[in-house]
Amino acid sequence: MSEYNFLIVEDSPTMRQLISFSLKRIQNAKIVEASDGVDALKKLSEGKFHLIIADINMPMMDGLKLLSIIRKDPQYNHVPVIIVTTEGAEADREKGMKLGANAYLSKPIQTNDLVKTVKDLLKITS
Amino acid sequence: MEREGELSRKAEEFMGIFKKGIQFTHELLKENERLRYKIVKLEEDNKGLHKRVSAPEVSKLQQTIAHLEQEKTALVDKYREVEEENKDFASRYLEVEEENNNLANLYVASYQLHSTLDFKEVLRIVIEIIINLIGSDRFAILLRDDSSQVLGLVASEGLREGEIKKVKVGEGIIGTVAQTGENHFEQDLEHFKPTSELHPIVCIPLKIKEHTIGVIAIFNLFEQKRKKLTRVDYELFSMLAGHAATAIFSAKLYSQSERKLSTIQGFIDLLSGKAK
Repeated sequence: MSEYNFLIVEDSPTMRQLISFSLKRIQNAKIVEASDGVDALKKLSEGKFHLIIADINMPMMDGLKLLSIIRKDPQYNHVPVIIVTTEGAEADREKGMKLGANAYLSKPIQTNDLVKTVKDLLKITS
Repeated sequence: MEREGELSRKAEEFMGIFKKGIQFTHELLKENERLRYKIVKLEEDNKGLHKRVSAPEVSKLQQTIAHLEQEKTALVDKYREVEEENKDFASRYLEVEEENNNLANLYVASYQLHSTLDFKEVLRIVIEIIINLIGSDRFAILLRDDSSQVLGLVASEGLREGEIKKVKVGEGIIGTVAQTGENHFEQDLEHFKPTSELHPIVCIPLKIKEHTIGVIAIFNLFEQKRKKLTRVDYELFSMLAGHAATAIFSAKLYSQSERKLSTIQGFIDLLSGKAK
């Protein structure tokens, strides 16, 4: 059975836990958490990920910067990225999609939407 | 002479038409004969068929048809039932999904709230819950000072400095919520027009049993929440009212006891001559 490795990049522990908790509904999901963009790059170099979920607003390195680095790196540029934005941040959302994000979710996120988006991107049918 | 000629031409014309009439009548008679022959033949065939299909066979076939018709009706009814059941399952699936979402939010919120005894950390978690799970970027958390019957601001988001500092218990919506311990929800969010910048959409008391230790006042909700508050919002609010209150209260008690402990430890050290 396929194993799915997810990287959650989010500075809020509450959101990290909520996303992580929701993704555990997917069979064989392995979750790694990062608290900002810099931490995410470190974690990316340590493992192979099938999907990245990144918040836009984060200290140190924000989600957009992280996304642009990921898309320029041939090692990770194929990995689907979901960006999490706040309401009223349409400009950030558009920027994210232009930079190559595969999907976006708005806070407060609906956990079933998150799981559906992840399953769609990874073509998980179960 | 001319008149005679004309008469003979007309007579010839009449004879031509008459001959054509005779020919047409002959053709009609022939066709009539052919059709009569066909009818006789068909009648004979019909009689033959009647002979071939015996009466018991016909009744057996009719019975089979009736039976099949009944079966078809039963199957159609069953299909409709299954379809209804399917719709019911689909709506229940959506309900379960929603419930799942609610429980995930509630689990995470309560887990985070009770994960620390640090007062500032608890406030940070309450702020995170309001921003990320409820969906607001303009709110205030006020705690009650029992000695002065005043609510003092301890944390806020999206408010200008000094916009709220203190609210008297019983004053305005916030003060009334603190006094009565009853939730305040604006009912018609779509047409909600605040009377001032500090008119809360939602104001919930932070309660430990019947004692209100403070309030959370929410002045703004993200766009998708502005039309209607969902069930999970109400559950999050009621969870916050209880869990945030106990978490804040425990953290305050813990920090007070820590301070007292260090004071007592200082005295003990002084008395035992450890202190320099």
